[in-house]
Amino acid sequence: MPQNEVITDLDLDKHKYNFVTAGKPVFQAQKGLSEEVVRQISAHKDEPEWMLEFRLKALKIYNAKPMPTWGGDLSGLEDVLDEIYFYVRPQDRMGRSWDEVPDEIKDTFEKLGIPEAERKVLAGVGAQYESEMVYHSLREEWESKGVIFDSIEDGLKNHPDLFREYFSTVIPPYDNKFAALNSAVWSGGSFVYIPKGVKLETPLQAYFRINQERMGQFERTLIICEEGANAHYIEGCTAPVYSSESFHSGVIEIIVKDNARFRYTTIQNWSNNMYNLVTQRAMVGAGGHMEWLDGNLGSKLTMKYPSCYLMGEGAHGEILSIAYAGNDQHQDTGGKVVHVAPRTTSSIVSKSISKGTGRSTYRGLCKVYEGAHHARSNVECDALLVNDTSRTDTYPYIEIEENDANVGHEASVSKIGEEQLFYLTSRGISGDEATAMIVRGFIEPIAKELPLEYAVELNRLIELEMEGSVG
Amino acid sequence: MSDAPILKISNLHAKVADEDTDILRGVDLDLHKGEIHAIMGPNGSGKSTLAKVLAGHPVYEVTGGDVTFHGKDLLALEPDERSRAGVFLAFQYPVDIPGVSIANFLRTAVQAHLPEGENLDIFDFTDMLTERMELLEMDPSFAERHVNDGFSGGEKKRNEILQMAVLQPTLAVLDETDSGLDIDALRIVASGVNKLFEERPDMTILLITHYQRLLNYIKPHHVHVMVEGRIVRSGGPEIALALEEEGYETWTKHEEAAATSV
Repeated sequence: MPQNEVITDLDLDKHKYNFVTAGKPVFQAQKGLSEEVVRQISAHKDEPEWMLEFRLKALKIYNAKPMPTWGGDLSGLEDVLDEIYFYVRPQDRMGRSWDEVPDEIKDTFEKLGIPEAERKVLAGVGAQYESEMVYHSLREEWESKGVIFDSIEDGLKNHPDLFREYFSTVIPPYDNKFAALNSAVWSGGSFVYIPKGVKLETPLQAYFRINQERMGQFERTLIICEEGANAHYIEGCTAPVYSSESFHSGVIEIIVKDNARFRYTTIQNWSNNMYNLVTQRAMVGAGGHMEWLDGNLGSKLTMKYPSCYLMGEGAHGEILSIAYAGNDQHQDTGGKVVHVAPRTTSSIVSKSISKGTGRSTYRGLCKVYEGAHHARSNVECDALLVNDTSRTDTYPYIEIEENDANVGHEASVSKIGEEQLFYLTSRGISGDEATAMIVRGFIEPIAKELPLEYAVELNRLIELEMEGSVG
Repeated sequence: MSDAPILKISNLHAKVADEDTDILRGVDLDLHKGEIHAIMGPNGSGKSTLAKVLAGHPVYEVTGGDVTFHGKDLLALEPDERSRAGVFLAFQYPVDIPGVSIANFLRTAVQAHLPEGENLDIFDFTDMLTERMELLEMDPSFAERHVNDGFSGGEKKRNEILQMAVLQPTLAVLDETDSGLDIDALRIVASGVNKLFEERPDMTILLITHYQRLLNYIKPHHVHVMVEGRIVRSGGPEIALALEEEGYETWTKHEEAAATSV
């Protein structure tokens, strides 16, 4: 186990104020991005030469690519990028105090009834001890089956050949500007390998690893699900994750081999100063089955479109997503399904809720390549507006090169109506509770797919968010 | 009945909030404990408006008059407060709430009716709901369906009566509960209402209906005729039968004559 005891001893944010306490290690983070910073990260992680070269090449690509002009408003991002530290050691990140956590966040933890110890972990000021026992026994089970569930750093260290064979094959650095950035400065994340035919009953939860390697700003996850294997990976939680950083750019790569089944569930609730730009993609082999269950709450702007590339005959991809945009928040989310092989099938179900001045955008792509005959895809996106000031847009892109494909798209926008509210309140239910009930009902088709404790927390969170929603 | 009325409506005027003309133009009505009243009237007479104004629908604005419920000002209360005070409106057009099961909806409503700080025991609630559904001869699986979502007209109205059975109001206003029902569905719904009234004869019921046929199944003690926002005649069940024969036209003419003679 890593050095939790050490972590709690550290001073707060010393990197931020740019002084170093005597006797501290030589590593010192610097603001902004440069080749030197990238070299430092790689050296600090003691990486092989090929990874350093990979990072440096990615940095060049990042610098060469223009800022995206589509999606959300990224005009404030340049300033943020000048000011942030591209690498903060996990122990430094932990070194803040509970007092620094905004009251609003503490209040939400309180209302959600999150246990004290867990609150500190979520706020980045403490380490998780309780889960270690559970984690250990699960870990033994996984090891006996040959499953690897490590931090991404340990994955590279302990399984170098396996790692190198798959790393960056699903999302290469030139894919997009932020994938390039992540490739240059990645730190933290998971490395998962499920051997052929292994079926896991218990989901792999990144939560169990929180104490080892907190999810970084530039987390990188690589998952390989071998032929006929079956697993579920869960990341994040519904309680707001407080981070003093205001930029998060992750890359999640998943390889689902022939006839394997994999589900990736993530619920993220960022503090509302956060730019959250994530690339997550799965390659699915013949007869394979990939599901993304993606919940996005909080943040200032989220741009995230989980993708399934259906590479083998009969592959199936599914994307279920929920987005909630409160005041001054923009959730630009959706999904991408790319049909490359015959008889591939896919489905996207997206539900968004906008409240106050919140804005949610559905942005989706369904692409059917020539030769992917008998492909079938269905997209359903529903938006719910809580107030008159809330906004929603839909950008469904459909590109079909095959005559014999069946692609459906349905979109709906509804507003929480006076009649619905009156109906519920006329039964004695308060206006806020009635609103929360309508919202919960709206996301029910997706929430019922969540693990129970997540669904419960999500429901409670919606209740909190709907307080004061009725004028 | 000699005691004070449960519901007292005095010279009530109301309109749609962003329109000019009053729909209710001076309604007077007293309802006592244990009475069943029926208000009949042609389309546009204002009878459904009266039902919604009593429940506090936000689209309407009261422009004059008073309504007291158990002696207290009903119009000062929000819709949820009126419900908790014991008023129930069975909707003419119940709204669907996708994704919310009837059981969940009713549990939330029953919880809301409990005093502050008191928590509903989920097992007690389930027992109570099962018993209520048995009384109304409903299949238990009905409670798992989403509120009014994809319901037939009959199912929607039965769902309204189930809510009434669970919430046990002191005053139930049934707004055109017969509309859109075939004769079998009407019989089922009416028998539900009758069972609830037999069970709690103290309850006061106000039936709003266009047609006399509902009154073949639920027998009112008093019948009122509403025309152009006013109650123009009150009496016993015989009025409904007279209406059936003569139609509303005569009453409309009466009203016009009355209006010009004033």
